[in-house]
Amino acid sequence: MKTLALFVVVITGAMLIYAGQGLPAFGDIDSPAYQAPMTQYFIENSLSESGVTNIVTALLASYRGYDTLGETAVIFTAGMAVMLLLRRRET
Amino acid sequence: MSGIQESVIIRTVVRIMVPFIQLFALYVIMHGASGPGGGFQGGVIFGAAIILYAMIFGISEGKKKMSDALDKILASTGLAIYAATGLACIVCGGMFLQYNAVPLLPDPAIVSKYLIDLVEIGIGITVLAVMISLFFDVSPPEPEPKEAEE
Repeated sequence: MKTLALFVVVITGAMLIYAGQGLPAFGDIDSPAYQAPMTQYFIENSLSESGVTNIVTALLASYRGYDTLGETAVIFTAGMAVMLLLRRRET
Repeated sequence: MSGIQESVIIRTVVRIMVPFIQLFALYVIMHGASGPGGGFQGGVIFGAAIILYAMIFGISEGKKKMSDALDKILASTGLAIYAATGLACIVCGGMFLQYNAVPLLPDPAIVSKYLIDLVEIGIGITVLAVMISLFFDVSPPEPEPKEAEE
């Protein structure tokens, strides 16, 4: 069983390393993310529209604020579920 | 009580480190608007500080710092702060979470910055409370203290 697990881990790791070779280089101007039309908009307008200098935070909390609210609700729900199922009550 | 919890060095170092870890967590949360950081990361770091304390000093000592009731209140408070911020934007005439609609300051971008900080704090509170309650819930029950130790 341990041999099988090691086999799976090694194969998965090798696949990830192989796939990692296909990623665009850091700061590559030809990368699909940079070529996307919204990228230029966020770079130019996120500071004046949201007031934060970190574009990632502007996207996370302002442009995609509704999405982040959902993420927080997911964490809250998961925590509540664990509380309900696993919390030992004082008896 | 296992060996690691009896070590004076570890207990002293943890006692000194915990406030600094918490301070760093607050820095990460508040720094989210201008650099790497944010509510999720800061909340996890803050939770990790309490978890570290509970690991070394015992679950019951940790629960004195962060009781189960406080966990529940904080987890829902953080989410409520986030949702209330969004609703405040609707009240002020904007869309849900349209921060610059809130007429608190003359510059809408600055209002947006402060409300994003508020939202990050809300995320941080929820994440830290959930982290701590997860740790307490899955931790094994503590053995009854022996009479000889009293």
